[in-house]
Amino acid sequence: MARREPRSRNRMVITPEGVALPLVLATRGARAAALLIDLALIGAAMIATTFTLIWIAGGIGLKLQEIEANGPKARALQALVIVWIIAMFLFRNAWFLFFELGPRGATPGKRVTGIRIAARGTERLTTEAVIARNIIRDIELFMPIVFIGGAVAAGSDTDFAGWAGAVWCAIFMLFPFFNRDALRCGDVIAGTWVVEAQRRKLGQALSVSAPVAASDQAFTFAPQELAVYGEYELQTLERVLRDGRGTALDDVADAISRKIGRPYPTGAERVFLESYYLQLRAQLEQGLRLGKRKADKYAA
Amino acid sequence: MSEAAPSLLGRLGGWFSPAASAEIAAAEDAALRSDRFRLEREGEWKRLEAIVTRIEKGRLRGISDEDLLALPALYRTAVSSLAVARETSLDAETLEWLEGLTRRAWFIVYGPRAGLGDWLMRFFGGGWGESVRALKQDILIAFALMVAGTIAGWLLVASDPDWYYALMPGGMGDARVPGASRAVLMGTLFGQQDQHGLAVFAAYLFSNNAQVSILAFALGFAFGLPSAMLLIQNTAILGALLWLYHGQGLTLELVGWLSIHGTTELFAIMLAGAAGLHIGRAMAFPGDAAVLDAAAAAGRRSAQVMVGVVLMLIVAGLLEGFGRQLVDNTAGRLIVGGFMLVFWTGYFFVWRGRGQSS
Repeated sequence: MARREPRSRNRMVITPEGVALPLVLATRGARAAALLIDLALIGAAMIATTFTLIWIAGGIGLKLQEIEANGPKARALQALVIVWIIAMFLFRNAWFLFFELGPRGATPGKRVTGIRIAARGTERLTTEAVIARNIIRDIELFMPIVFIGGAVAAGSDTDFAGWAGAVWCAIFMLFPFFNRDALRCGDVIAGTWVVEAQRRKLGQALSVSAPVAASDQAFTFAPQELAVYGEYELQTLERVLRDGRGTALDDVADAISRKIGRPYPTGAERVFLESYYLQLRAQLEQGLRLGKRKADKYAA
Repeated sequence: MSEAAPSLLGRLGGWFSPAASAEIAAAEDAALRSDRFRLEREGEWKRLEAIVTRIEKGRLRGISDEDLLALPALYRTAVSSLAVARETSLDAETLEWLEGLTRRAWFIVYGPRAGLGDWLMRFFGGGWGESVRALKQDILIAFALMVAGTIAGWLLVASDPDWYYALMPGGMGDARVPGASRAVLMGTLFGQQDQHGLAVFAAYLFSNNAQVSILAFALGFAFGLPSAMLLIQNTAILGALLWLYHGQGLTLELVGWLSIHGTTELFAIMLAGAAGLHIGRAMAFPGDAAVLDAAAAAGRRSAQVMVGVVLMLIVAGLLEGFGRQLVDNTAGRLIVGGFMLVFWTGYFFVWRGRGQSS
């Protein structure tokens, strides 16, 4: 049996305007890294808040034993404890919510790893979806840690129920590994997925940047010389021209020159390739407008 | 790239200044048709990119009204450019960049429409009640389960008092055990108004209860069964308590003690369980939709309810922490509890709010 290829991470969504947009699913590794970064940040924020509150309490001369007493000092201390409890609750539950509702759709950890959340299908990402996907985090993360940690700590003493609980929780935790889109339970409930958020710069248009296009020393190729290649080769050539320097240019120019049986003067590889690229693209694009596509050199 | 950058800048600059337009025209003559298509629209694409980048960086204030108004139109231009370019251009670089730009703009144009503030306004102004009403069937199921749990708890303990210890999450020094005298039980219900640190107690209760209800909801993911079990188990404790106090003729006092915060808290737990059941039901019986779509739709509907549940538990925590200790008589407790019950029922099922558009 042939080996199965690793499944592609490319997905398509259709915008409401009816145009297909390609998306690349984030790798599970990137998501795990993002989560660890977020947890570290949340932990740091919790510790910082705790110490700040302790410092404030110390600053106004409060001691923890006085909390049961009556009087202004006890009240101040109680207020601080309430602030602490609420802050801990918010850090645990609202951190992801707050950041994922922003225009970036990503927590700090996700930003660092270059990923973001998006709605599956054609629907827009809604506030409810973001809430739903983050409310589920409790059974996926915190509960398994408690259960599995408990089972491991108890070692051989763990009874059947303990192990059953641990396995049960592991199913939730490992959920992203059991489906093609790497959805975690929260993603399933909310109708979201996590995709890569690439940003890139636009390169110069080649027919403008190529100074030789209209100059005298440009080569002119006959239609049969251009008919050798298709779109795939054209785009490979584009890549070479955009970032290739030195030997890559030489090799490609040699290959083309041999294939079409046309020599070029030494030192003129770039001119040769740019001329060939522009004329090949002009020919292929003309075919495109007439509804004829030539995918690669093997196509008829 | 490095040698191309200045010429690109020069060209773009020239693009906008009429003086250099002759030069551009010459370049355009030389350019491919698809590159001319690109050059003609590049200005708008770049403007869109600038706006999108600013929004992504969170600097919404730095964007002029003009730009914000233009955003949807610019986005549509980019989308249609992409559609045309795919059919006419073989410039992989432009296509990929345009895809990336359209994607980023799509995320923003079709992103979460309301910020947290706006969303909360809509939420209190009727959205909450609407989402609760959408779960009517599940609420009925959850209510039935809770009643069944209470009765089961009572019957179990009545048949064999040992069940009491199995049901109660036993605290060591808890006085509430079978065989306790009337006076002891009475003492657990009244006379705690001298306690201090009530506020801390309330905040703790809220945090704890909210985490439990979030759990009840999240467990709905496993086809709702754990949610149902959680509901039954928790109300079985209630049934056992009722039996215990009933034995000493303190039923009404216990109901008062529970109801002051319990009407709110049990209501919230019922809603959380219903939300969990709703998701479980949608996944087990998705109907015509695909399982994933059904789960997603149910999840979004019930997420709103869950936000409401957390808010209700804040109220319940306050009532439990302050109200119960400060109102030390059964009649007062019953009045407060009854009022809360009427309030929630009216707010969810009677008051329709504004914004009933959809």
